[in-house]
Amino acid sequence: MAAITLNVIVQGLLTGLVYGLMALGLSVIFGVMRVVNFAHGEFTVVGMYAAFVLFETLHLDPLTVLLPIAAVFFGIGYLLQRTLINPFVGRAEHEQFILLVGLATVIVNGLLLVFGPDARPINLSYSFDSYAVGPLFLDKVRVFAALGALAVAAALLLFFRYTRTGTAIRACADNLTGAAVVGLDVKQLYAVTFGLGLACVGAAGTLMATIADASPSLAQAYTLLAFTIVIIGGLGSMVGALIGGILIGVSEALAGFYIQPSMKSMFSFALLIIVLVLRPQGLMGRRL
Amino acid sequence: MSGLWFNASWRGKALCLLLLLVFALAPVIADRYLLSVLILVFYFSYLGHAWNLLMGFAGQLSLGHALYLGLGAYTAAALWTLFGIGPWLGVFVAIPVATAAGLFIGWLGWRFAIEGVYFALLTIAFAEFTRIGFDHLQITGAAGGLFLPVNGQAANEWWNLGGGPLLYYYLSLTLAAAGTLLVARLRQSPLGYRWLAVREDPQAAQAVGINVFRARMMAMLVSAGMTAVGGVFYGFYYRNLFPSQVFDIGHSIELILAPIIGGLGTVFGPIVGAIILTPLGEGLTGLMQSLGLNAPGAKAIFYGVTLMTIISLQPNGVWPWLARHLRLDRPPE
Repeated sequence: MAAITLNVIVQGLLTGLVYGLMALGLSVIFGVMRVVNFAHGEFTVVGMYAAFVLFETLHLDPLTVLLPIAAVFFGIGYLLQRTLINPFVGRAEHEQFILLVGLATVIVNGLLLVFGPDARPINLSYSFDSYAVGPLFLDKVRVFAALGALAVAAALLLFFRYTRTGTAIRACADNLTGAAVVGLDVKQLYAVTFGLGLACVGAAGTLMATIADASPSLAQAYTLLAFTIVIIGGLGSMVGALIGGILIGVSEALAGFYIQPSMKSMFSFALLIIVLVLRPQGLMGRRL
Repeated sequence: MSGLWFNASWRGKALCLLLLLVFALAPVIADRYLLSVLILVFYFSYLGHAWNLLMGFAGQLSLGHALYLGLGAYTAAALWTLFGIGPWLGVFVAIPVATAAGLFIGWLGWRFAIEGVYFALLTIAFAEFTRIGFDHLQITGAAGGLFLPVNGQAANEWWNLGGGPLLYYYLSLTLAAAGTLLVARLRQSPLGYRWLAVREDPQAAQAVGINVFRARMMAMLVSAGMTAVGGVFYGFYYRNLFPSQVFDIGHSIELILAPIIGGLGTVFGPIVGAIILTPLGEGLTGLMQSLGLNAPGAKAIFYGVTLMTIISLQPNGVWPWLARHLRLDRPPE
C-alpha cells in the first residue's frame, strides 16, 4: 500500500513539474507587467497541438522540437505584447480581463475549427515504457517531461539572474518609474517578458502533449490550473510556481487515485481557498 | 430614481418611455423566436445590474457570480421537485442561501484584505469548487442534471412558474425593469455614494468614517440576492440544470460581459450591453445557418474579436459614449 501511494505521489510530482513550468510563464508575466493572462491555458493547448502536428506530419519527437516551439512562442508573445496587449498595461483589471478572455475565446474556437473536438494523442514508441527504481515504476514520458520542464525553468531562472536583459526586466518589476528614469526601454522589455512567458507555455504545452491528449476543452481547465498554482506558490515568485505545480500535481494524483478522478480539481480549489485565506501572498510570495 | 430622472434630458426621458412602451407591446407583433431573444436580453440586463452593483459601484471584481445564480436555481428547483414547494415561495429560500454564500466569500476575502485579482480568483475558486461538488451531489441528480417537469408549462400554471413564452417574457421584463429601478435608487442613496467612495479610494473612504468592509458586504448582499432571483428564473425557464453549465466559469463570464461592454458603474450600461451582445450572438447563429456553414467555433471567434474591439476602442463601455453623442444626459452645468 505504501509503495502504491509512493508511486502515485512520484507520478504527481513529475506531472506537477510540467504544470509548474506552465504556471511559471503566468507568474513571470504578472510579476513584471501586472497583466493577468487569462488566455494562459489556451496558449498551452496551442503548444500541445503544435507538438502533435509536428509529430504526425514530420514524425518529430516532442522533445527534439521543444526549443523550436518555445522560440516560435517567444516570437508570438513578443508581437502580441507590442500590438494588442501593451495599450492595456496599467489599465483596470476588468479591461485586461475582457481583452484576454476575448483572445482566449478566439484561440480555443480557432483550435476547435481546425482540429475538431476530439482528443489527439501522441503515440511515441516509448509511451508505455517505464523505469523501475526500487519499488517505484516511473513512466518514461513523465520522467522526460519533468526533466525538460526543470531544464527550461532553470534556464529561465539563470537568464533573470545573470544576464543584463534579465536584470533589466527585474528592475522594471521592482520599480517601473526608476527603470524608466535610468533609461531602460520598458516597452521593449515588456515585450521580451511576454515573449518569455509564452515560451514557457509553448515548452510546457509541448511536454504536456506527451503525457495528456491535446483537446480544445483542456484550455479553460489549464488556465484555472495555472492560476491556482501561481496563487498557491506566490504570484510573481518563480520558485513558488514550481513548488505550487508540484503541490497541485501531487494533490491531483492522490485525489484522483484515492477518491475520484473527476473530483481531483476540487481539492486543488480547496487548497487555493485555504492558501488565499491563510497566506494570500502565497507560499513563496512577498507580503502583499 | 427621481434624481436620475430629472437629470436626464428630454430626449433621454422620451427614449426611456418609448423603449418601455415598445417592449411592453412587443408580443403583439413579435414571433416566438424574437420573444425568446428579448427574454435573454432582459435576463442578461437584470443579471448585469446585479453584478454591476458589486463591481461597477463597490469596485470588487467577482468572476464567480454563477455560484449565486446556480445556488438560487438549484435551491428553488430542488424545493419544487423534491418537496413540491413552488418557486414563489422557494425564491425566499433561494435568496438567503445565495447571499449566505456571497457574504461568506466576502467576509473571508475582505476580512483578510484580499482584493483585486486575488478576490476575483477567490470567487472563481468557490464557484468551481461548488460546480464539482454539485457534479457529485446525488440528491440533485449530480452531473446528470436536475429536470423540472414540463407538465406545469402545458397547464399554464403561472403560480408555479409554468406557462407559455408570454409568461416568461413579461416576467423577465419585470425583472429587468425592477432591477433598473432598484439600481437607480441605490445609486442615488447614501449607501450608493458610500460605494462610490469605497470604489474610488478605500483608504480615503475609511478616513472620512465609512466602514469599507460593511459597504462592500452590503453590495455583496444585494448583488448575490438579485443574482439568486435571476437563478430561480433561469431554472424555471430552461427547466433543466446541469452543474457543468450553471456553475461554469464560462457562465460567470457570460453574465459580466453586458455590463462591461455597456458601461461599468452606470445604471443603463448593463441594458445597453445586453441589447448589443445578445442579438449579436443570436444573429451570428442565424447568419451561419442561412449561409449553410457548419463551422463550430466560427461564431465564438467573431464574438471574441468583437469583445477585444469594443474594449480597445471604448474601454469605458458603449453607454457613456452613446449618452454623450445622443445628448441623453443633461450637460453638466
